[in-house]
Amino acid sequence: MRPPDKNKSFGPMAWTNPRLRSLVYQLGAIAATIAIFTFFALTARANLERQNIASGFGFMNNTAGFGVIQTLIPYSEESSYGRVFLVGLANTLLVAVIGTVFAVALGFVIGVARLSGNWLVSKLAAVYVEVFRNIPLLLQLFFWYFAILRPLPAPRESIVLLPDVFLSNRGVAMPAFHPTDATSLFLIALAVAIVGIIVLRRWARKRRLATGQSFPDGRIALGLLIGLPLLVFFAVGAPAQIEPPVMGKFNFDGGWRLLPEFVALTFGLVVYTAAFIAEIVRSGILSVSKGQTEAAHAIGLNNSQTLRLVVIPQALRVIVPPLTSQILNLTKNSSLAVAIAYPDLVSIFAGTVLNQTGQAIEVIALTMAVYLVISLATSFAMNTYNARVAIVER
Amino acid sequence: MNNRLVAFLVGIVIGAFALYFFLPGPATHLTAAQPVATDAAAKKAGPTAAAAATLDLVRKRGYMQCGVSQGLAGFSNPNDKGEWSGIDVDFCKAVAAAVFGDANKVKYRPLSAKDRFTALQSGEIDLLSRNTTWTMSRDTSLGFDFAGVIYYDGQGFIVKKASGITSAAQLDGATICTQTGTTTELNMADYFRGHGMDYKVLAFEKNEESLSAYDEGRCDAYTTDASGLFAQRLIMKNPDEHLVLPEVISKEPLGPLVRQGDAQWADVVRWTLFALINAEDLGVRQSNVEMMKVSDSPDIKRLLGTEGAYGQALGLSNNWAADVIKAVGNYGEMYNRTVGPDTPLGIPRGLNALWKNGGLMYAPPIR
Ligand SMILES: N[C@@H](CCC(=O)N[C@@H](CS)C(=O)NCC(=O)O)C(=O)O
Repeated sequence: MRPPDKNKSFGPMAWTNPRLRSLVYQLGAIAATIAIFTFFALTARANLERQNIASGFGFMNNTAGFGVIQTLIPYSEESSYGRVFLVGLANTLLVAVIGTVFAVALGFVIGVARLSGNWLVSKLAAVYVEVFRNIPLLLQLFFWYFAILRPLPAPRESIVLLPDVFLSNRGVAMPAFHPTDATSLFLIALAVAIVGIIVLRRWARKRRLATGQSFPDGRIALGLLIGLPLLVFFAVGAPAQIEPPVMGKFNFDGGWRLLPEFVALTFGLVVYTAAFIAEIVRSGILSVSKGQTEAAHAIGLNNSQTLRLVVIPQALRVIVPPLTSQILNLTKNSSLAVAIAYPDLVSIFAGTVLNQTGQAIEVIALTMAVYLVISLATSFAMNTYNARVAIVER
Repeated sequence: MNNRLVAFLVGIVIGAFALYFFLPGPATHLTAAQPVATDAAAKKAGPTAAAAATLDLVRKRGYMQCGVSQGLAGFSNPNDKGEWSGIDVDFCKAVAAAVFGDANKVKYRPLSAKDRFTALQSGEIDLLSRNTTWTMSRDTSLGFDFAGVIYYDGQGFIVKKASGITSAAQLDGATICTQTGTTTELNMADYFRGHGMDYKVLAFEKNEESLSAYDEGRCDAYTTDASGLFAQRLIMKNPDEHLVLPEVISKEPLGPLVRQGDAQWADVVRWTLFALINAEDLGVRQSNVEMMKVSDSPDIKRLLGTEGAYGQALGLSNNWAADVIKAVGNYGEMYNRTVGPDTPLGIPRGLNALWKNGGLMYAPPIR
């Protein structure tokens, strides 16, 4: 072992130059990686050729010929395998996005509740976390799907949750909202309200910094948000046409219908992931020293202000990195869909399409690439956010 | 993960795809250089030593690996002792008897509809005998060879009697349960599309799940091969509450298949099936094989190896067909034991009767 300062000496032999040496190592590592990938790609192709198995991505243009129960984008049996890929991707993203939103919200609530001074609330939150964190997700999905949603009554004997909202073994049926002439006006009003609120808050903040006076921006914001669209409603009429579900021959027709497979998957993922997020939120809040809270109280902030203005912003920098991996987990776990017949990417593309074309390498590679890209995009977004909430030293 | 790592990984992914597509691999040269493999060529040098040697491989291993379904009465079904039975299982036994003279030298690999093809492609099994429909794409682009047809089937629907439905034409708008990775999914799509009807398909990977989904009312109908409907009805909560609709919407010639490119092994499997059918045709049964060896009929003598060297030409012993029939009987005996009128399935011979009895079962002669 040489002492570190020796590293700086440049010998006559280039090899003793640490910069050059590390460059050579790096290049070597890259070359080795490329060589390994080339080797795999060539071997795979030669093997497929030898076994007379079709290869390449030409199959993506062929007609799929099978039906899919939930399609967010136009799809028919005449569509191509490429289209199936998009349908599956959309179904996966739907679960991932809705699941993430609810899991983060629920996780924050449970995490804060666990720290609550109320004994019952904090114990309930603790029980929640311990139960849902420690049972394998697949079992939970089976439970929600096979034990809760499937034994529900047939559509004709539906449970009425709300007027025109029905729960049956075919899922949830609810009124659909179809756009009308007033819809765009309504959306414009909403946009105006939101822009107004942003401007107002900027102004209020500036004024507070300058004069120390707080301004009731919250209440005014709420007024704008409700008032403007309401004005449109009175002026031109309802922003959407409401179409309630009606009983057809086999099931409800019309309206919006959520498949029980979708409900079970999303619900299961939310409940499971929220348990982990709750723990992350709790440890994040606990990581903010007590002195901060005391100082906040000392300058006259109340409990909710302390949490909102002092504790959470500091806790976020501890929360965000592990939160990212929970969001990624949720997305990846959504591939368990196949177990309960939800038509996600893995189920219909890496399942049905693979089986029909036999092109395992292409299909699996593409599927893996999609999950990688979704994960990387999420990481990228969260990293960017994290850079903003991380403490900036002044 | 920091953003630089993210960028690096994206690079790797793009690189891997680029390599797969754009590299002028040796693959192209291989195809150009190779003439289409004829049976003889495959048997001698063979373009692909590894692929061509299934028979040797099986012999060396001491048993055959046979892919079967995970549980379908009459086709391949394990009992509580883990012993498999059914017509697909009997066919595995027949091939083992042809190769080893011992029908027990088989390991069964239960496979879902979805996993069966990758299992065969990857060499996990030597033979797939799993109520698999012979279709063009499976025979060509998936890289398989079908040895023949062991059961002529067609797809049907089953509904609850209480629904009042008596014809598939009344299924407009219905939700229908089935299994993923089957021709069933495709036929159903064709049928509804062709009749301008609407439907929703709920496809499970496990057959028992699609069946229970139907049984519990998640779906209005369940669809699969007609033979499957007979088998599945037996395990429903209340078999009498269900009605098999009269329509048969597809042709489902079910047969055993092997990897393409090993003509010798394909021949062994194909002629085992033909021997079973020829045996029924010639009246050779499990109980009379030994007697028949001294029969006056040259056809029977060639089948049972007392004349000619037909077994040797396959790379087997001349006794091969006699061993097969001793182990599982002829095709008719196999059928009657597993799915025939006297079994719980009770399926009449129908299309699966011998050609001379008005069915489709016909095998080329051994000569
Ligand atoms: N013959 C059709 C369908 C074969 C099939 O998988 N049928 C199902 C339903 S009867 C089955 O055998 N399931 C039993 C299992 O998965 O073990 C095909 O080759 O695609």
